Amino acid sequence: MTKLFDLDQWSEILQTVTRNKSRSLLTAFGVFWGIFMLVFLMGGGEGLKRFMAQNFAGLAQNSCFLMPGTTSKAYKGFQSGREWSLKNADVDRIRRAVPAVETVTPMAACWGRTFSYGDQQSRGTLKGVRADYADIEEPHLTHGRFLTDTDERDSRKVCVIGKRVYEELFPDVDNPCGRYVEVDGVYYQVVGVSKMTSNIGIMGSAEQSVMIPFRTLQRLYHRGDDVQAIGFTARRGTTVTSIQADVERVVRQAHLLAPDDGQALHVFNLETLFQMIDNLFRGIETLVWLIGVGTLLSGAIGVSNIMMVTVRERTGEIGIRRAIGARPSSILWQVMAESIVLTVIAGLAGITFAVALLSGVEHIVAAQGETISFQVSFGLALGAAAALAVLGGLAGLAPSMRALSIRPIDAIRDE
Amino acid sequence: MSLIHLENIEKTYHAGAPLHVLKGISLDIERGEFVAIMGASGSGKSTLLNILGILDTYDSGEYWLNGTLIKHLSENRAADYRNRMIGFIFQSFNLIPFKNALENVALPLFYQGVGRRRRNALAMEYLERLGLKEWAHHLPSELSGGQKQRVAIARAIITQPQIILADEPTGALDSQTSAEVMDLLRQLNDAGMTVVVVTHESGVAYRTHKIVHISDGVIGRIETNLDPAATPFGEGGLMK
Repeated sequence: MTKLFDLDQWSEILQTVTRNKSRSLLTAFGVFWGIFMLVFLMGGGEGLKRFMAQNFAGLAQNSCFLMPGTTSKAYKGFQSGREWSLKNADVDRIRRAVPAVETVTPMAACWGRTFSYGDQQSRGTLKGVRADYADIEEPHLTHGRFLTDTDERDSRKVCVIGKRVYEELFPDVDNPCGRYVEVDGVYYQVVGVSKMTSNIGIMGSAEQSVMIPFRTLQRLYHRGDDVQAIGFTARRGTTVTSIQADVERVVRQAHLLAPDDGQALHVFNLETLFQMIDNLFRGIETLVWLIGVGTLLSGAIGVSNIMMVTVRERTGEIGIRRAIGARPSSILWQVMAESIVLTVIAGLAGITFAVALLSGVEHIVAAQGETISFQVSFGLALGAAAALAVLGGLAGLAPSMRALSIRPIDAIRDE
Repeated sequence: MSLIHLENIEKTYHAGAPLHVLKGISLDIERGEFVAIMGASGSGKSTLLNILGILDTYDSGEYWLNGTLIKHLSENRAADYRNRMIGFIFQSFNLIPFKNALENVALPLFYQGVGRRRRNALAMEYLERLGLKEWAHHLPSELSGGQKQRVAIARAIITQPQIILADEPTGALDSQTSAEVMDLLRQLNDAGMTVVVVTHESGVAYRTHKIVHISDGVIGRIETNLDPAATPFGEGGLMK
């Protein structure tokens, strides 16, 4: 009797929805705005997360960096305000004292160098790293190889260049391996091209850097046995946070730093950073859900309210229908369907609008040279559409119950 | 057994002070009769009609319709009975305002699950029979009172019910259209339908063949009026 795909049912629904256009429109707007907020904020949040993640791409999550600072406490006969430096020996010291470390590697950098190849020039950071730096940051080589232990041992003048440096120095060269890049009067042979994208400030942007063996840099720039930073990772099964204190203690003891002097030794723990960012985004996500779902709910309640009014207005009509033989299920379905149709159409419009806007954001971001997806997944959109139908049904529940309670005589007795 | 058999029907409304509307109504209406239920307002005649039309329930007694006891019916069965057995005509027409004449007439068939094409063809046939073919696509608001009532009659008879229940069918019409409507009802009766009219107007009541006077919730007397033309209020006589 109440067929789902009866053309008349649908034309009837269309009729009643369009009979009061402005009211339907305003009601639908609540749902539209709710789902729009939800989808748009979720897409935006995801995009932001991906944007952030890109800065850390390729970095080992269980890694930690140590950098020397200036002491702020007098300790063991030293005054506060002392400058000190990490040494080559610290690397072995840490390895020996803390068995749970997997990789310990020294790093050095010269900022603001000019790299040149022929007439082409590029500016960036010259980094000195060992082969095992690859354990901390995945090199993502597009050409050639990474630095090796042999390069390190022989202090070879070889380099791995970053993506941006490659693009700027070798715009027409397909494979730059074997060519020589000049930095501060020294020529380094290119052995690899890396497309690392990490951006965190340990030693500057990876894209904009040239990596040479650590010892080469130390010698050429007269660094003695000073190390600018030490990176280490934890063995499988242990977290870097759990060994961080041990490593710190070793370094503090060796360099006579007060155990509670935070200024003396800078520790940059990626794990806690990742965790913080993770928590931040979880917080944002929760907020988005709260706002989106709240708005959507209030929209649905609006639909329910208006349906209530509609049912009241149509009391007479419903009574007549009942008198001439409409079954209760038919009345129920009519009200429910109207509510569902209103909600779903408004919701789909909201999803569409949000997706369109998100792709607009994507375009703007892409215009600035970043390719990050801000889009929500198709599954999420489908889920949202299904949830809308359920929501519409729920919104229609109370009004259709009211409609069912209308008895023909109540409606027909108009005096 | 008669088509309609009422036995000691009682009905009390409980809105505020209890109102004992029907105080034991027993009545038989045979197949093919043309009956008027007549009484002053408040006499209980409309309540009786609502019970006959399964629009309302009764407290005690028995109502047999076509051999079926109408008591504690499920909503679905009540709806089906109303749809197939009974055609309603109301004082205020009760057409659905946003549907045109054709759609209004076709609506009962929609609830029977009749296909759209067949439904509309049948509705058009009935409208034509009632002289409203040109008005088929007009909304009720564009029709005169008499036209509206004729649309309502078409809607009532499109399912070919056994009984037509008319509640003050001429109440909102002038005397000439009233006469036309009563003529239509007589024609339906001539064609074999049982017609029950509720009215307070003698001019309407005396155009039927049997007049049941009801006052204060009980049946006063039952008049037979085999020759409506002979009475002063009957056919050709005063309508209002």
